[in-house]
Amino acid sequence: MRNVWIICRKELRSYFVSPVAYILLAMFAVIFGFFFWNILGYFVFRGMESQMRGQMMPMNVNEEVIRPLLSNVSVIGLFLIPMITMRLFAEEKRTGTIELLATSPVSDVEVILGKWLSAMVLYASMLLLTAINFLFIFRYGHPDWKPLVIGYLGLLLQAGALLAIGTFISTLTKNQIIAGAATFGVCLLLWVLEWVSGYETATWARVLSYMSVITHFESFAKGLLDAKDAIFYVTLIFFGLFLTARSMESLRWRS
Amino acid sequence: MITVTDLTKRYARHTAVDHISFEVHKGQIVGFLGPNGAGKTTTMRMLTCFLPPTSGNATVAGFDVLEQSFEVKKRIGYLPETPPLYPEMRTAEYLQFVGSLKGLAKAELAKRVDYVCERCAILDVKDKLLGKLSKGYRQRVGLAQAIIHNPDVLILDEPTSGLDPKQINETRELIKSLAGDHTILLSTHILPEVEQTCEQVIIINKGKLVATDSVSNLQNRARGAESLLVEVGARNGLMDPLKVQSSLELVPGVSRVHLKNKLDNRSIFEVESRKGLVRGDLARAVVEAGWDLNELRPTAVSLEEIFLQLTGEPAAAPAEEAVPAGVK
Repeated sequence: MRNVWIICRKELRSYFVSPVAYILLAMFAVIFGFFFWNILGYFVFRGMESQMRGQMMPMNVNEEVIRPLLSNVSVIGLFLIPMITMRLFAEEKRTGTIELLATSPVSDVEVILGKWLSAMVLYASMLLLTAINFLFIFRYGHPDWKPLVIGYLGLLLQAGALLAIGTFISTLTKNQIIAGAATFGVCLLLWVLEWVSGYETATWARVLSYMSVITHFESFAKGLLDAKDAIFYVTLIFFGLFLTARSMESLRWRS
Repeated sequence: MITVTDLTKRYARHTAVDHISFEVHKGQIVGFLGPNGAGKTTTMRMLTCFLPPTSGNATVAGFDVLEQSFEVKKRIGYLPETPPLYPEMRTAEYLQFVGSLKGLAKAELAKRVDYVCERCAILDVKDKLLGKLSKGYRQRVGLAQAIIHNPDVLILDEPTSGLDPKQINETRELIKSLAGDHTILLSTHILPEVEQTCEQVIIINKGKLVATDSVSNLQNRARGAESLLVEVGARNGLMDPLKVQSSLELVPGVSRVHLKNKLDNRSIFEVESRKGLVRGDLARAVVEAGWDLNELRPTAVSLEEIFLQLTGEPAAAPAEEAVPAGVK
């Protein structure tokens, strides 16, 4: 466990010493800020509209602001996650520092967990930025906080799964760009798989749509903690990290 | 300290290391010598548990590299061909990271970092970014990370490659000074390095073990013969070097005479002979024929020649061997 923390701390240092972390945080803050401003603007506009018509439609901050915002965060995450994971192993392979890790008394699993955990911490610190925006909602409105917490949990689980897959892809190449592009492709695919459910209800379509990471986020965005969806993400995390471990092992037998 | 038996590494298309066996004793400093692509790095990677061997086994400090790799990893310091440095880290920070990775306790860590910084003369770059260091410093930080946990065995892959002559000397001295505390296996393709730093040498070529012996033995063993340099002069005018050559060849025990250089009234020969009393006979033969013996001295056979002999590559002909046209 100590070794996991040593690796994790070293990775975090690398993220925060280089501009990587700051660029990601800044990009995320700007894009999320824009979404926040848009969705809030639309909410206010609808409120004024219904007031002018004199019909008092029930409006819910949780349903109409927080839920779409959380879904948006999950989509922005799809784009930023490759940038977080692409260097994790590819860079070590390119500079040869992987030899240091592989000849130190640490197990592959500890290295993998340390790296994945550092990616999780970076993603979590991105999420922390969104908390600033939500604070405004709590200052001027009275939303329910429980769905928000569950939403955040869902975001973390979803990101954990995609980060695990990104970590795996990063072990396959020495080239960060290739690792990043491939991870982006896989993330995007896992996202759009859900679309088939829009026009097809056959079993294959249901399976495909079930494999999409977006499908399982819907309940979290609503503020529902569904064990089925949580288990899906946790399974994906284990699967991704398991593949990473196998890939690390085969690296030794092949190279 | 290191025992290697029938170690083999096969890849899909070729065999990188082919049934090599050797032993390195405690406290020794051993040179692992071979031309590029001989399998040095592969062997070292197997010893450091980076690569698993295809067959055969190796033990380091009494632990098997495949079965007990964790114990082995605790006891070795390894410097790969390119020092494994993180460019975005600072020297001290990096050494701390490696130290804790190798299992040093927090209290010990700071002391060890200070110690290795002093030992490897990197105190003045302690707070610099590794990416900004010069090649010589990078190599020394690499050495410092290898000895941070005071390992029993040090495995250094071409520790002096790419350095300038002054840095090479400094690095060699540093390695020599480490020999007391650690058992060192260092690979190189530079022969003088082995002659200068190592006690024992292991020569491999194309994945096969060619020789393993002490450096002085190997030098002595060369051909079981000695090589002499003979300069013959003529006081009264010209002399025929071919005539001198044939009379030198008649001396018992001489196996080969080679005209190395011909000047106006003197010639230089390289004489290969059995060890023994041949020198006196040579001198007598020259003087009795009426020539002057200007010089007669043994030339040390360099490790280079042994190496080329052992690896079966033809020695490059020195330029001066060409016989001047006038001789004919």
